[in-house]
Amino acid sequence: MSNFEIVGREDYSDVTYMLEISHPVMAKAAKAGQFVIVMEHEHGERIPLTLADFDVEKGTITLVIQAVGKTTREMQRNCQVGTHLFAVVGPMGIPSHIGTPKKVLCVGGGLGVAPVYPQARAYAHAGAYVIGVVGFRNRGVMFWEDKFRAVCNEVIVCTDDGSAGIKGLVTKGMEQALAAHADIDEAIAIGPPIMMKACAEVTRPRQIRTIVSLNPVMVDGTGMCGGCRVKIGEGIKFACVDGPDFNAHEVDFDDLMARLGRFRPTEKEALKKWEESCRMGGGAAESGDRY
Amino acid sequence: MAKKKTIRTIPQERTPMPEQDPSVRARNFKEVACGYTLENALREAERCLMCADEPCIRGCPVSIDIPAFIQKISEKHYHGAYDVITDTNLLPAVCGRVCPQENQCEGVCTVGDTLEPVAIGRLERFIGDMAIREGWVNLPYIEKSGFKVGIVGSGPAGMACAADMAKAGCEVIVYEAFHEPGGVLKYGIPDFRLPNDVINVEIDKLKQLGVRFECNTLVGRLFTIEQMITEMGFHAVFIGTGAGYPSFMGIPGESLNGVSSANELLTRCNLMRGRDFPNFDTPIQPGRRVAVIGAGNTAMDALRVSLRLGAEKVYCVYRRSKAEAPARAEEIHHAGEEGVEFHWLTSPVEVLADDKKCVRGMRCLKMELGEPDASGRRRPVPVPGSEFEFECDSVIYAIGTNANPILGQTAKLALNKRGYIEADENLATSIAGVYAGGDIVTGAATVIEAMGAGRKAARAMKAFLGLRDTDVVYAPEPSRGGRRFGFAPDEHGYARVRVV
Repeated sequence: MSNFEIVGREDYSDVTYMLEISHPVMAKAAKAGQFVIVMEHEHGERIPLTLADFDVEKGTITLVIQAVGKTTREMQRNCQVGTHLFAVVGPMGIPSHIGTPKKVLCVGGGLGVAPVYPQARAYAHAGAYVIGVVGFRNRGVMFWEDKFRAVCNEVIVCTDDGSAGIKGLVTKGMEQALAAHADIDEAIAIGPPIMMKACAEVTRPRQIRTIVSLNPVMVDGTGMCGGCRVKIGEGIKFACVDGPDFNAHEVDFDDLMARLGRFRPTEKEALKKWEESCRMGGGAAESGDRY
Repeated sequence: MAKKKTIRTIPQERTPMPEQDPSVRARNFKEVACGYTLENALREAERCLMCADEPCIRGCPVSIDIPAFIQKISEKHYHGAYDVITDTNLLPAVCGRVCPQENQCEGVCTVGDTLEPVAIGRLERFIGDMAIREGWVNLPYIEKSGFKVGIVGSGPAGMACAADMAKAGCEVIVYEAFHEPGGVLKYGIPDFRLPNDVINVEIDKLKQLGVRFECNTLVGRLFTIEQMITEMGFHAVFIGTGAGYPSFMGIPGESLNGVSSANELLTRCNLMRGRDFPNFDTPIQPGRRVAVIGAGNTAMDALRVSLRLGAEKVYCVYRRSKAEAPARAEEIHHAGEEGVEFHWLTSPVEVLADDKKCVRGMRCLKMELGEPDASGRRRPVPVPGSEFEFECDSVIYAIGTNANPILGQTAKLALNKRGYIEADENLATSIAGVYAGGDIVTGAATVIEAMGAGRKAARAMKAFLGLRDTDVVYAPEPSRGGRRFGFAPDEHGYARVRVV
């Protein structure tokens, strides 16, 4: 299908980087809301990453990755333009249902800003009035504000320290947008589980349909291992084939957060060993939290 | 030939399989059954009566001419035995290891009426392993038919179908979602039962037949089944994606950390080589006390993998009794030898949590057997007041799988009520030219049944394409001289006519 060559790379901060990978067939097939599974090398693990962009003309897909664990740090070091990934499979998951909302709120927090971009673009193409709310720790780690401005009717930037846009979390940006627009009929939020949980609570009293994209621990991404099962309402769903998009008001986020920590001890061990092997040092990272 | 053998003259005892000592093997991933030696094989071959009835052939899902290959072993014509097997079975080294022979060929063996049946599976494996060691490959003459066939899934069903279609001269491309071909043979069945090297040899044989493998390809999402037919130039497609989608019971505590499916444990350990963590990056959550729910082959694999990953105690929890357990008899026997504790007639009601949302134990009910149910097995009914708890830190579900939804979501294929692909008696689906077989049609079954389905679909696909079915054309031919995979060397010039 492809030899998974990396044809573009940009670093947005010391931990966040963008990879553009050549895969013409996938670029054509991909839709907003889908994800891929990547293996860096033959001994690597399979990590799920939500598609941040895809370009049919260039024949590329785009991933934005945060170096948090062994694999993502190793990729940060090794994945340079001209190198190849061992495996990239996708697009996986059910594409986002874009429908025909009139006014939609697209909320991205941290690394989640990247995967919410294709949704914002798809809503814009569907004729919706799109309000983008993007949150970062500070101005220094911001990315893609320009891409959001190009597809959104309004963009609200939030930073934890107020160094850009409004000071506060994305929920503050959402409140601001909801105060200005009483007719928002849909919201989508992507980011760390704790953020998505908070976003769900903002829209719940207003009964606005809200979608979140879940990224639990998974192996194959094809419905075979069941590692990515999540509690949705009363039932159990597999994020890889039943999602990754779910109704935010039905997701059991506490369950999701507990399950994301499943491999934390072993992941720390792997990271420590890797750091020793490349004599880099540095603190242990949050695991499983890829946004 | 010497005097006719009778049940009194043959060696009475079945030749035992040389095995690694249980206490040693329970801590390594090397193969448990070491395989017959030449002497073992010759002695066991003597036990076949060459009876006129040949029930074993009918007992084999792919109808291997079992007496003929055993005869060849007796004659020390091992390559001849390989030729006989590969007439109908592509993967002797695999099937000899993983077929449930006690329910198939060996279950109906005439010798088995009086003594232990002939160890047909072990003999098949002996030949398969010898072929690998000696590098035997039976490559048929293949005349290009001009047809292009797509196979979705590289497990046993897909491999069997691919081989037959390649032999019929088709250009065959097999799509696999994982990064390596082999399907359940690779991710599911552990190395101590079926070494990955054996599978790789079999895959190489397919490549020599001209079959192309495209990994990292999720059909349905990267392109659809319909696109394969309408845009990508495939004249026929076979779907052999397996069942996947593991079942859980819906009891409290299933989302706790420490609860997983057997599929997940096995995939992490086998395909992703998590057992060599951190030299391989995929982590495994090793349990100290592991409870596996279920008593099929997958459950036995999960139990024995857990032992090898260092578990101190491994419990098999099954709501029926040993007699109803679906696993191969040999697997249950091996698991017991290695120290697995069986809790028959025990049904879990809750997985118990500690304060960190991890597993601390399980609450179960004792069962007793009541009247037979729809499956013909006696239905387990709870014994009132028999609830009890025990301590464990890992719970693995091996209670079967449901249909994988991806192709149903992405193609206009008719599905049955349970979500499996609807296929007729020729394994044709609701889309013309698209066939399906194996677990995605029948629900979870065995490797050889999947291979049988792959071959059955291949016959129907050849008919659909208007290719002469080599089985039909050549099977009545009496002499076996020089035939390879059902083709006689002097038969290459035949015409293929497309049915209009």
